[in-house]
Amino acid sequence: MKPILEIRDISKRFLIQHNKQGQAYMSLRESLSVLFKRNTSTQEDFYALKNVSFNVEPGECIGIIGKNGAGKSTLLKVLSRITPPTTGSIISRGRMASLLEVGTGFHPELTGRENVFLNGSILGMARKEIQSKFDEIIDFSGTEKFLDTPLKFYSSGMQLRLAFSVAAFLEPEIMVIDEVLAVGDAEFQKKCIGKMEDVNKDGRTILFVSHDLNAVMRLCGTTILLKDGSVSATGETGAIISGYLNLGKTGTSWEQVHPKPSPHFSKISLEVKGQQPNLILNIHFGVQCTLEMLPSFVAFDISNKMGAKVGQSIPILKPFIVAGKDEKEYLAEIDLPGLIPDDYYIGAWMGPHYHETYDWQHECVEFAITESPQKDRTYQHTQTLGPIVPISRIVE
Amino acid sequence: MSSKMYLCLVEYEIKPHQKLNLGLKEIWLYREMLFFFTWRDIKVKYKQTALGFAWAILQPLFLMVLFSLAGAALNIPSETLPHPLFTYSALILWMIFSTGVTTAGNSMLSNANIIRKIYFPRLIIPISSVLTSLFDFLMAFIVFVGMLIYYHDRISFELGKFLLIAPVSIIITVISTFGMGSLLSAITIKYRDFRYVTPYLVQVLMFLTPVIYPISIFHFTGARYILAVNPMYSAVELFRSGFNGQLLDMRLVGISVFFALLFFIVGIYYFRKTEAYFADLA
Repeated sequence: MKPILEIRDISKRFLIQHNKQGQAYMSLRESLSVLFKRNTSTQEDFYALKNVSFNVEPGECIGIIGKNGAGKSTLLKVLSRITPPTTGSIISRGRMASLLEVGTGFHPELTGRENVFLNGSILGMARKEIQSKFDEIIDFSGTEKFLDTPLKFYSSGMQLRLAFSVAAFLEPEIMVIDEVLAVGDAEFQKKCIGKMEDVNKDGRTILFVSHDLNAVMRLCGTTILLKDGSVSATGETGAIISGYLNLGKTGTSWEQVHPKPSPHFSKISLEVKGQQPNLILNIHFGVQCTLEMLPSFVAFDISNKMGAKVGQSIPILKPFIVAGKDEKEYLAEIDLPGLIPDDYYIGAWMGPHYHETYDWQHECVEFAITESPQKDRTYQHTQTLGPIVPISRIVE
Repeated sequence: MSSKMYLCLVEYEIKPHQKLNLGLKEIWLYREMLFFFTWRDIKVKYKQTALGFAWAILQPLFLMVLFSLAGAALNIPSETLPHPLFTYSALILWMIFSTGVTTAGNSMLSNANIIRKIYFPRLIIPISSVLTSLFDFLMAFIVFVGMLIYYHDRISFELGKFLLIAPVSIIITVISTFGMGSLLSAITIKYRDFRYVTPYLVQVLMFLTPVIYPISIFHFTGARYILAVNPMYSAVELFRSGFNGQLLDMRLVGISVFFALLFFIVGIYYFRKTEAYFADLA
């Protein structure tokens, strides 16, 4: 049997305009001036996708993962014919529906009923098909009371549920789904993933892009990892995801670009080792000064993306750092507690006494935690319950 | 089950460059989406208005009263027709063009959120804009029929001739509206300046079309030829000739029809040529 989708050597180039606004469209004045002057703005080629090739067999469910900017959404846009590839070709042997967003074309002035028809039609359902599934769609969304109310009076949650419900009843041969499950409450998400499993069991082909690795794990047998626009790895989902998680574990690094004569950090970099909940954070840091310095000690602040403090760690309580014109390097090791998946920042402080500061770099380096400290945990962690997940057990 | 989907051709290839054609086959496949776009535009247009669809009639009616009064005050001739009928007959056709071109011109931007997320032949958006303005025309046409009956003894109305000529003039109107609208929509998505240019252009064009004055007020024939470059010229003149009992200058009508077709071809050509990148620009 021939593959249902053949992606052959797809590249997508964008021209980045290095002019004031950097917008894709131009004003007439700008393009008139381009006519008369040369090199008014410098253009740079940017490849959102580079030589991407893979095949999809009928009935497969393929996950596509990768960091932001890896080209996932561009790939889906090319696959769903929204934007053409610069080079390469795709052969599709099935009817494809793409769900890059739920509720595309929803109009606030129209009623729930009218929007179901409009949205269904935009997603590619025939009118008769929508009619025959209408009751099921409304039932799934749980909005039957508001059928004839204009959409603008719906709560955003209700709008989302209605939108999902229309999408859930699509029955194409190939379904292309972007990060649409990232929104919506947990219970409804579960319902949708269940629905997608059913769709796949019916023998339909699914291409699923998501940051929710648990959902990818549950749905997809094969996963493609994209990195900087190219396929970095393809294979069995479990193997690809664990490889990807290790990739995400390295932290960022920072360097002092304007060194002062007084004692200061010259560089700080992070490395995360081990497995949750026993992660070890290695902090490499360098110290330098041209003036004389008193022996000093360091403290590291851990905070999360929202700026909330997670804690402070002081490796040695006695002053131990002495540096001069030559940079002196140290390596600190922090045992991290179980942390919820998030981006965390490290700030570094240095001084000879508790009340005297030589250098204090706030939130200068960061690291990401992508997996829960509790293996097999399927429900999401929330910020509101705090960043630390103490490990516990029932003893009696 | 999935055979019910009308989405797209079953086996197709996505390639960097597409052949240039009208894509009629594909538009036919997406006819239901076209229907829903048109239905949405008509519904939304008059939703939450107290008078609803009556606005489709009231808009040309108010303009007719205004222009008739101005015409009478300024002594602008209306040839053999009563002044109200003279302006209203042109206004209802003109409204197809003006609302059609304005909404079609802006349609790629107003539907940008859909263009960025879903594939469909983009031409169905300007087509639905034209269909929406045709709907308004049908409403306004009812009043026009009433006026024909009211003035029946003052005009030389022949049903056979009218039934032959009116559809032709409506087709010319639709062709010019669609050509101009699709051209402007494709330009507007790249050069946002045209959001401001289009309404202005349409306004100026109205005074270059014999809506409130007959072309016979120009004694210099060269001026008439220049005005005939306007595609709407032939639509208006043809339509009126169905009941004003005057002979048409077929050379002027020919020039105008030629330009209507030219706009139509250029508009669709430019649109088809650039549509692949609309999603990147929207």
